[in-house]
Amino acid sequence: MLMQVDKKAEVAVAPVLALSGITKTFPGVTALSEVSLELYPGQVTALVGENGAGKSTIVKVLTGIYQPDGGTIRLDGRAVTFPSAQAATAAGITAIHQETVLFDELTVAENIFIGHAPRTRWGLIDWPAIRARTREILDRIDAPLDPMTPLKELGIASKHLVAIARALSVDARVVVMDEPTAALSQKEIEELYALVERLKEEGRAILFISHKFDEIFRIADRYTVFRDGSHVGSGLMADVGEGELVRMMVGRSVDQIFPKRTRAPGDEVLRVEGFAHPTEFDGISFALRRGEILGFYGLVGAGRSELMQAIFGITRPSAGTLTVGGQAVAPRSPADAIAHGIVYVPEDRGRQGAIIGLPIVQNVSLPSLAQTSRRGFLRMAEEFALARRYAERLELRAAALDQDVGTLSGGNQQKVVIAKWLATQPRVIILDEPTKGIDIGSKAAVHAFMAELAAEGLAVIMVSSEIPEILGMSDRVIVMREGLMVAELEGEDLTPETLVRHAAGIRGTA
Amino acid sequence: MTDATLVNEQRRHIPDRLEGPAARLAKRWEVLLLAVAVAIFVANSFASPYFLNAWNLSDATFNFTEKAMIAFAMALLIIAGEIDLSVASILALASTAMGAAAQLDVGVPVLVLIGLGTGLMCGAFNGLLVTGFGLPSIVVTIGTMSLFRGISYIVLGDQAYGGYPSGFSWFGRGYAFWVISIELVLFAALALIYYVVLHRTNFGRAVYAIGNNPTGALFSGIRVARVKFVLFLLTGLMSGVAAVCLTSRLGSTRPSIATGWELEVVTMVVLGGVNILGGSGSIPGVVIAAFVMGLVTFGLGLLNVPGIVMSIFVGLLLIGVIALPRLWGMWRRR
Repeated sequence: MLMQVDKKAEVAVAPVLALSGITKTFPGVTALSEVSLELYPGQVTALVGENGAGKSTIVKVLTGIYQPDGGTIRLDGRAVTFPSAQAATAAGITAIHQETVLFDELTVAENIFIGHAPRTRWGLIDWPAIRARTREILDRIDAPLDPMTPLKELGIASKHLVAIARALSVDARVVVMDEPTAALSQKEIEELYALVERLKEEGRAILFISHKFDEIFRIADRYTVFRDGSHVGSGLMADVGEGELVRMMVGRSVDQIFPKRTRAPGDEVLRVEGFAHPTEFDGISFALRRGEILGFYGLVGAGRSELMQAIFGITRPSAGTLTVGGQAVAPRSPADAIAHGIVYVPEDRGRQGAIIGLPIVQNVSLPSLAQTSRRGFLRMAEEFALARRYAERLELRAAALDQDVGTLSGGNQQKVVIAKWLATQPRVIILDEPTKGIDIGSKAAVHAFMAELAAEGLAVIMVSSEIPEILGMSDRVIVMREGLMVAELEGEDLTPETLVRHAAGIRGTA
Repeated sequence: MTDATLVNEQRRHIPDRLEGPAARLAKRWEVLLLAVAVAIFVANSFASPYFLNAWNLSDATFNFTEKAMIAFAMALLIIAGEIDLSVASILALASTAMGAAAQLDVGVPVLVLIGLGTGLMCGAFNGLLVTGFGLPSIVVTIGTMSLFRGISYIVLGDQAYGGYPSGFSWFGRGYAFWVISIELVLFAALALIYYVVLHRTNFGRAVYAIGNNPTGALFSGIRVARVKFVLFLLTGLMSGVAAVCLTSRLGSTRPSIATGWELEVVTMVVLGGVNILGGSGSIPGVVIAAFVMGLVTFGLGLLNVPGIVMSIFVGLLLIGVIALPRLWGMWRRR
């Protein structure tokens, strides 16, 4: 091939893939307006921008899912078009999506080779070849997986490895990674970085989309910034600072510092004692006071979400007691938990948080219908008033309250979910990864709002895997590992090192 | 950039709705369906001189009133993401139970209670299997479809129950005034009740929430299993109501009574704009769909079209009306 890249050779090479003047419009919206993007062999280009900036759209254009209305795509300098996803794949472009599209009922090997399985000369699928090549690819990325394992038996991190292996199986020259670390723990992220390095060495061009600045600065060589569907800048990472990048992204400087809070915990509202579950967690005891933000840190799979869902009445604990405001309770359903003033903002926003298909107003009023209705009959005016009160307080960006919640960006959907719970006037709010996958502007708004709620006397539990968020927001942090509470940290003990050490189970002096 | 900052600092006002009531109404499925109903009405009145006759039209309503009663409850069930294919078999079993009771010379109120009670029990059985054991409703109700009608066949064989008390015929053959039958009045009353339940109560809202996202509804504090159970009860009850009306109208019970109605009921619901996958739909839509189906079968009947050909027409109508908006959208996007 043309692009045999000599290691450590000249950096100033020609781009493999160059998009210029790309425009894409949908009825009523210009998603992309004459944007350009260049990807170089052996380099990682970070694509940054707020939600709605057009990042997903450009990915869909260059993987053949959308056809641009204008502009040119050049591959090795030649103008090309990708009329279908197959055409893009054939040209060596592959994408690993935010939510990986894989098949739970198929094996690892089948997932990797579905759609381009090697054939025997009789036209049948060549299973020995598939198994051998799967083994080879998995070894290349150091993935400790058996090609014959059904996918449904794997955790989310392993599924990502399968998605990456699938990308490599087509011998891709351009690899698009759309928020690949969103669902991964710190250790798995490190492994992904190592993998990205290897892909670079092999001369592949990588487009890396992420909301996390630390990882952009760590692994990207170049950057391109989109804002509101337009290209606002690109260049070498070495020439740009974090502040400058943020300014380009948002068009204004956003205070990335977490809100300042004065700690003034009040009376105890929640006490969990000896909570246990047959498989997910054991021996959990803690107390929570009014006005306090209690962080729960741990790796993915440490049992934090499962614990919170037991407190919220989704699953029932096998042992232990729950006390709310001095009164022992045993919620058998979320409805019970809500009645006791406990609410839960889930991590899986699309499936558990928002009811996509219903308008904003009905999402917000859903758990509060007892208040807005009279004798079981709806009162729409009251619902709109309630929804408006909280939507405006949270600075929701929406055209109207009867808009389907599914048409909002991730950050605004999260605001709707939070508004829904605040409208119930809870005593305890549990937020599970509250800023996962949302843009930096919405993130700051959610953080500011959490601080405001705590100041008003609400007790807040925040489950997070992001160390800056845990450190910036929490008064106290409980670290969980493999279903157990391994540390409770506050004050000077609360440092990135202690968090990681406890979460990963590294022994030694702190 | 400074403008954006300024706007950010004030609280933005979010309007309730972007479009006025007229604009929202114009986009509704029910409006298109109503146009279809009017077109069929006009076409029929040209096709046959006997169509525009009050008594003939009154007779035509019996083509849909009983099915529509079941369709109202079925609409709620389908909006909530479930289905009940055993409704016609529940009707048969309820009719058989009433017939057996009629042999013992019980009074009319007792007969009605037996009919409704059988419907409720069958609904409870379906609901328990679906919500208590977490089985898929399509599988459960295909099973109970055979089970309920099977019991009727065991009881009756090739016999029929007759001998209903004379007062019993009031439900299916009585008239409230002039050409307005008791069944039509019951149909209208039930339409109103189901309209209020689905569109004006917290329960109706829960039905929509469950249909759009059952997990999200559960996480929002909706008692999902309880709501679904009530919906199966209601569907069973409405099958019982239909059993009373149909048995009264026919004056006898055979185990083959109302065979194939489950599909006609589902057709009516889907034609009325209810999403077969759940989450959306309305009672006015089902009401209009009931009239459309009634008018089509009646009009074709006047033209001496045989029943088998009629079902071809109803099938084509369903596919046509469902496909039309999608074809229109595809054509416009070019």
